[in-house]
Amino acid sequence: MSDSALPSLTGAAAVPASGRLASPVLSTTRLGKQFNTPRGPVKAVEDVTLSFPTGSFNVIVGPSGCGKSTLLRMIAGLEAPTSGELTFGNTHANGVKPSNALVFQGRSLFPWLNLRQNVSYGLRLQGMSRRERNRRADDLLQMVGLRKFARSYPHQVSEGMRQRVAIARALAVDPDILLMDEPFGALDEQTRMLLQEELLRIWESTGKTVIFVTHSLDEALTLADTIIVMSAQPGTVRTAFTVPFSRPRSLAAVRSDPRFAELFTRTWEILRTEVNTAHAQQEQEIAG
Amino acid sequence: MTSTTSRRRTVELFLTFAAPLVLLGVWEALSRSGAINPIFWPAPTSLWGTFVELLTEEDLLHDVWLSTVRIFGGFLLGAIPGVVLGLAMGLFWPVRVFLMPLAAALYAIPKIAILPLVMVVFGIGEVSKYMIVALSIFFLVVLNTMSGVLEIDRSFRDVARNLGASRLEMFTTVALPGAMPSIFTGLRLALGFALIVIVGTEFLTVSQGGIGAMIWKSWTILAVKDMMVGLIITGIMGWLLSLLIGLGERLVMPWRAST
Repeated sequence: MSDSALPSLTGAAAVPASGRLASPVLSTTRLGKQFNTPRGPVKAVEDVTLSFPTGSFNVIVGPSGCGKSTLLRMIAGLEAPTSGELTFGNTHANGVKPSNALVFQGRSLFPWLNLRQNVSYGLRLQGMSRRERNRRADDLLQMVGLRKFARSYPHQVSEGMRQRVAIARALAVDPDILLMDEPFGALDEQTRMLLQEELLRIWESTGKTVIFVTHSLDEALTLADTIIVMSAQPGTVRTAFTVPFSRPRSLAAVRSDPRFAELFTRTWEILRTEVNTAHAQQEQEIAG
Repeated sequence: MTSTTSRRRTVELFLTFAAPLVLLGVWEALSRSGAINPIFWPAPTSLWGTFVELLTEEDLLHDVWLSTVRIFGGFLLGAIPGVVLGLAMGLFWPVRVFLMPLAAALYAIPKIAILPLVMVVFGIGEVSKYMIVALSIFFLVVLNTMSGVLEIDRSFRDVARNLGASRLEMFTTVALPGAMPSIFTGLRLALGFALIVIVGTEFLTVSQGGIGAMIWKSWTILAVKDMMVGLIITGIMGWLLSLLIGLGERLVMPWRAST
């Protein structure tokens, strides 16, 4: 199977399925990151050129250790790129660069803050008054169905609830770009599906640009406008393509669509090669 | 649910008092039967009279008060800078690398051994009592606080940075609360150490009073019952100090109490 069977978008602006405004809120040009390790320099990300249209839902899949998290961390400003550049679009008339907020996998809620305080944390840093930020936090908790747990601490609620709060915390600062690093990775399959539906609902109502990293193809096909498949290390864009399912989406509709199976198979063909390469690299590293 | 919790409470309460009561019971039996010399091991029940006597006719309460003030004075003097330096060492690696060898070496010196030096610098009065306690616990608090900061999950710092936390905000909203459990471990150990060190110090400065002085004085005149009362009081002080730190933990870390 050759890549050309899928509409390759490498180096070009992705076309959102739902016909949203296609001006990019963010683009990367030959972006790269090299880490210096005791065993010498390691290229985690190389030559990533992508463009993220405003309001689009982008999902990055790739074998574990391929640098997809590093790519996300560079966009979030947590790692400095060692080559190439990140260009933020002119979404705001006053020249303010588009903002972002990152949702992490697993334990990222502050255990010492209750759920309301966690959600309003970013607003507190912005200097918003306690009353105002509590009101905003409660609205967001309402949106993720956890209003009555506002005063609970993270360890008192389930993992699925914690991830919903993590999403609410990121949305609280009203970011232009919502970055999500395997946010549902630690959840069981059923909770995961519920949260995917919830995320679709939230995204459809807020119109944020989402960049979502996962290693689940199911998840990618369910959520994405555009899927970006990354190669084994050093992570680069192997292919990118548009997902044709209509919006608003439901999990049931997507999974019963005959194109789902077809896309799944074709994408897996590509991903499989990369996963094999990644495994070979890891074996070599352990042996070496 | 509630009934199991209350049964658990009863069992907890029983177990809390069981060990000391069993120990005192065994002691009582051995002493009364003459299996151990009652002159050096007077039966615990025979100490009650001595206790009342010391309380009413001697200055037992004043000695307890003196030691308590020294413990808390020295504790505050050592713990507050200890927490601040520990946070700095945890957050900034150059500070850590620079001070770590010194901290590790000084931590290992038995602090009572430097009492003469402390007295040279701070005199033989109360100030040197505070200082010896402060010095004894300082490094303990520093090292525990530092390791607390180092153990904070990286994702907490990342979240704070991603949401725009300044350096100061990183300090106050992530490092301090994140390290709080370890800080309290340090403080708990520190209070215990403070008691040990102050009793030892008071042995050496008997004329200036305190529970340690009272124990040593009693021993030198072979007032064994008085000494035993002093020892038991010291034990109770240690227990009360640990209750106090437990209370502090629940107040400062409500997220841990509400399991």
